[in-house]
Amino acid sequence: MLDVAKLELTLNGKPIINDLSLHVDKGEIHGILGENGTGKTTIANLIMGTNNYKPTAGKIIFEGQDISGLSVSQRAQKGITLAWQEPARVEGLTVRDYLALSSRNGQADQPERFLLMVGLEPAQYMDRDIDATLSGGERKRIEMASVLAMRPKLAILDEPDSGIDIVALPLLLNSIIEMNKQGSSVLLITHSERVTEISHRVSILCAGTIIRTGPPSESSQWFKDNCQTCLHINEPEHTN
Amino acid sequence: MSQSTLTKMIGNSVEKEYQGMIDAYEKAGGDKRVLQTKDVAKLVVHENKVLANDPIKGLKIETKETKSGVSVKLTVEEGAKIARPVHLCFGLLPKEGLQEIIMKVDAQDNSQVSVIAHCIFPNAVKVIHKMDADIEIGANARFDYKETHYHGEDGGIEVIPKAKVKVGKGGIWQSTFALSQGMVGKLDYDFEVFCQEKAIAELTVKVYGKGNDDIKVWEKIHLNGAGARGLAKSRVVLGDKARAEVRGETYGNAPYARGHVDCIELVNGTEAVARAIPIVSVTNDKAKVTHEAAIGSIDRKQVETLMARGLDEDKAVDVIVKGILR
Repeated sequence: MLDVAKLELTLNGKPIINDLSLHVDKGEIHGILGENGTGKTTIANLIMGTNNYKPTAGKIIFEGQDISGLSVSQRAQKGITLAWQEPARVEGLTVRDYLALSSRNGQADQPERFLLMVGLEPAQYMDRDIDATLSGGERKRIEMASVLAMRPKLAILDEPDSGIDIVALPLLLNSIIEMNKQGSSVLLITHSERVTEISHRVSILCAGTIIRTGPPSESSQWFKDNCQTCLHINEPEHTN
Repeated sequence: MSQSTLTKMIGNSVEKEYQGMIDAYEKAGGDKRVLQTKDVAKLVVHENKVLANDPIKGLKIETKETKSGVSVKLTVEEGAKIARPVHLCFGLLPKEGLQEIIMKVDAQDNSQVSVIAHCIFPNAVKVIHKMDADIEIGANARFDYKETHYHGEDGGIEVIPKAKVKVGKGGIWQSTFALSQGMVGKLDYDFEVFCQEKAIAELTVKVYGKGNDDIKVWEKIHLNGAGARGLAKSRVVLGDKARAEVRGETYGNAPYARGHVDCIELVNGTEAVARAIPIVSVTNDKAKVTHEAAIGSIDRKQVETLMARGLDEDKAVDVIVKGILR
């Protein structure tokens, strides 16, 4: 479904993404596990086309087509979406309207269901604005609900667990599994091994490149043994 | 010409103008049923003619036609709680003209009312609409005022709403001025509120400037009584060559007075110009007044958030603009 080939991004002369290749199968939850500063959010932006990031080299192939030159909207219309690590807040846009515009036909079918899936009471949230009155955790869960409403072919979830309390985390992870069962592939970007447990495969990201891919338990152990103890996270030669 | 013929002709003319106002209101997106419902208090004024004046129990509307407009005295009697919003409809259908509204409001102690003013100028090419209001809100009274303008696309209109509002002990004044349909033209908004002990004032202005619109907004709140609270909020979106200057002033002059100035101006385009001047002043060591002002282009992350759900860029900007002006 998604093939990222030899991707590179250099910003202000500094290489951020280095020769990164990644393959996500149709129907797969693919985890990307990396410490802070390894390029996790940058990958999300490159695939979604956000933040004005354009690859310096390499290709991003989605369903057989190079999407590198497409706008964010065009990529979304092809079925890709992104849940931001820190979602934007929009004054005057209600949760109800956000879920409706996120859904494919502009009419979220039973939007309440998507809020319940992320542990939010519809009666309490549906008519609230997605603005600064929401806590960080509430806003994150609403972001996830809007992704669920969209029913994307590929959901890029950037640190979906950050800011989420321990009670809500299992609900959030379940909603990702449910979305996957409904047919969405997921690129699950995180620094938490626990979160990647729901993945089919996990790639380890270090200094802007994927250094290994494997089953979740194996990758997590490798991550614990190597990345978490590594003092040179931006220099891949030290982790090999 | 006989007296009865003359009366009939005047009657027909008034009816025609009234229908014209209602049609224009509906065309602008309003629900004309509210202006036709019998048990809703309303005042409809076209140019300097009072076309309808329907008070209800607890609310008196006295009017006097002047050469260039109408003098209105609105009295909400002591203790009266007006259940349904009162509708005021002011407008001018010809392309040119002047309408001056002199408004006096006396919301007596413990009264409560919500007033919605619809200002309709669909064909304005050279029109001036002025309002000078002198408003007194009694102790523990509540007055909600929402003024919405419906302008045409020519932009040949000058709107000058000015009000001085005194809010008595424990009283509440909440006002929203919205001008987001059609061209603004030239706007010079100036509302000043004086709050006594534990009174609350919230002023909100929402304007969408386009073309060569010239917008001046001046919100002033004086928190003169202990525990008084005030919010001066403005939301302005500018496109094309529109210009705006927003002044939000709040003065904390009494112990435990709390005030806030909250201004957002979004510039959508390269030629629009936005300016914000927040002034916060405290003359009592137990008062606190804060402000926040954000001026700039529409946040890229907000736009991309909506684009990542499939909206094209123009639609995403439209959703953000509508949200901020909602």
